[in-house]
Amino acid sequence: MTDTALPQPESSNFQNEGLSETGTERVSYLRAGHSLSSWLLTTDHKRIAILYLIAVTFFFFIGGTAAALIRLDLLTPQGDLLTNEGYNRAFTIHGVIMVWFFLIPSIPNTFGNFLIPLMIGAKDLAFPKLNLASWYIFMAGGLFTLFVLIAGGVDTGWTFYTPLSSMFAHGSVVLAAVAVFIAGFSSILTGLNFIVTIHKLRCPGMTWRRLPLFVWSIYATSIILVLATPVLAITLVLIAAERLFGLGIFDPALGGDPLLYQHLFWFYSHPAVYIMVLPALGVASELVAAAARKPIFGYQFVAGSSIAIAIIGFLVWGHHMFVAGQSMYASAVFSFLSLAVAVPSGIKVYNWTATLYKGHISLDPPFLFAMSFIGLFTVGGLTGLILAMLAIDVHVHDTYFVVAHFHYIMVGGTVSAFFGALNYWWPKMIGRTYSLVWGRLSAILIFLGFNLTFFPQFLLGYLGMPRRYHVYPPEFQLLHVFSTVGAGLLGVAYVMPFAYLYYSMRYGTPAGFNPWGATGLEWTVPSPPPKHNFETIPVVDSLPYQYDVELEEDHG
Amino acid sequence: MKLSHPLLLVWVALMLLLVSTVVASQNLTGPFSLAVNLTIAFAKAALIYWFYMHLRQESGLARLAALAAGGWLAILFLFLSLDYVTR
Ligand code: HEM
Ligand SMILES: [Cu+2]
Repeated sequence: MTDTALPQPESSNFQNEGLSETGTERVSYLRAGHSLSSWLLTTDHKRIAILYLIAVTFFFFIGGTAAALIRLDLLTPQGDLLTNEGYNRAFTIHGVIMVWFFLIPSIPNTFGNFLIPLMIGAKDLAFPKLNLASWYIFMAGGLFTLFVLIAGGVDTGWTFYTPLSSMFAHGSVVLAAVAVFIAGFSSILTGLNFIVTIHKLRCPGMTWRRLPLFVWSIYATSIILVLATPVLAITLVLIAAERLFGLGIFDPALGGDPLLYQHLFWFYSHPAVYIMVLPALGVASELVAAAARKPIFGYQFVAGSSIAIAIIGFLVWGHHMFVAGQSMYASAVFSFLSLAVAVPSGIKVYNWTATLYKGHISLDPPFLFAMSFIGLFTVGGLTGLILAMLAIDVHVHDTYFVVAHFHYIMVGGTVSAFFGALNYWWPKMIGRTYSLVWGRLSAILIFLGFNLTFFPQFLLGYLGMPRRYHVYPPEFQLLHVFSTVGAGLLGVAYVMPFAYLYYSMRYGTPAGFNPWGATGLEWTVPSPPPKHNFETIPVVDSLPYQYDVELEEDHG
Repeated sequence: MKLSHPLLLVWVALMLLLVSTVVASQNLTGPFSLAVNLTIAFAKAALIYWFYMHLRQESGLARLAALAAGGWLAILFLFLSLDYVTR
């Protein structure tokens, strides 16, 4: 879609010109009840999605503020801004909030909630009340965590490694563990809800082979959520048991094993990194197909690779423990399996590329976000392979190389996909189009700011700068300054979408059913959709992504 | 009453198993103790799966889904022991 082809308002809307509300909006879910309680007690999946959107955005900026403190402190080799304790607390807040209260819930709980029923032709999720309960649990866990981290202070990092967390750490480790424990239940309930919904509520004709790829990726994510999160909960309980009652679980003096903690933690947390990235992979598939206006190349492989990632992702956790004292035989097995998990990720990247090949591509904001997602995810994945090689990891473990690796995937990848999804489905959620120029500009600035922030960290790590230190040798300063300047740019660029999207709510032109000319059931209903999504339950009779292909000329 | 009766029996069985866990942990040591305790734990889990989670009335898919959790736990133990045994 180009600017000139912007969808015209539906003719029924013309009589509303000058009004702030169109006919479609008047009967939409957004206007079905105006009171605060109509939002806070809603069981409509679309409204709950909006509640989550507001919540995760809030946590994103809290986590971002902590990041800003960290980066400012790192401007000088002496770490002038924060005390040692303060620095430790800042990166703990940053990690805990970003991982559990932004990255994990971001795409599944907002876009998954909003889109799964629309995409499979259902009126709501299978358990609407459970869905609302899950939001309340999430908020309770999130606000409690925030309170503990700020008022109490925790200095262990988001990984809560023992024996630091069980024996030495100051502050409120147990309370923080309780808070994250609570939030975990929200993940489990949401995952369960999605699994049942996708199994039971597909409309007639919506067979597994016709499911949109976003639904496949959310399905794979939900499996991980349900299977892995309880292990995190148990692990946190064990820490609390050791700290409070002196049970010997991780402490060798009491007959425990400190490495056991890392095993249990990463048995959850490596799959959890796929909880963070699988939904983003699903978003990328949707955006690529819509931008190329072609059926996804190798649909079955893209769908199947989501499941493969979910399963193999459970077998690689030991790559976080190569230098922690793990048996070298175990390390060798984990190293091999870590290389293997890159195969399904690679399949996706190649298939997106093949989809784009000769596609009639439109350079809209969602596409630009998808492109930066693919590029940054690839860099993150390839450096993951480097880290998975035993001999190399000995050198770069616990350096900025690792920090750069996972930020390329989690920030470059998942956060870009989050903004891509926001830009792509915003007209559907709110019913208004936004400025494409500002959208493109912010996509480009986010890409540039991101690379300026995190590319220098690969170099820093390679040169030996350890992570989680704020006092460092002066020769590293230049690269740290680059990184901090990049973070400033990135911060500004992240605010932009919220500004122009907010503006569009009031001043945007009505979006019509299908502003991007995309396929998929969600584009067959009005924007914003009515309260119960579909007047009549749709019947699907064809494969997804059936675009009329218009190939680019071959200028060979 | 008719329905709650078997459930009560299962509860009694679980309590007896709990008692045997306590007794075993106080009297046995070493690998033998581990084997006994894991067997008891397995029996408890099986009772809960079969009766309290109603898996005996469920279809194949639901049983498979419940078993998957056990399968995942097996992965955890398998790779954990890979480390412990060869460390
Ligand atoms: C392509 C597959 C991937 C491979 C082979 C891989 C490999 C690795 C390895 C070997 C490490 C440990 C490095 C060290 O500590 O010395 C690591 C760390 C990490 N990776 Fe990946 N990774 C992959 C994908 C991902 C994804 C998709 C994410 C997130 C969405 C991610 C997030 C992380 C995080 C958070 C850490 C560091 C955690 C910490 O110590 O705080 N990785 N990765
Ligand atoms: Cu990992």
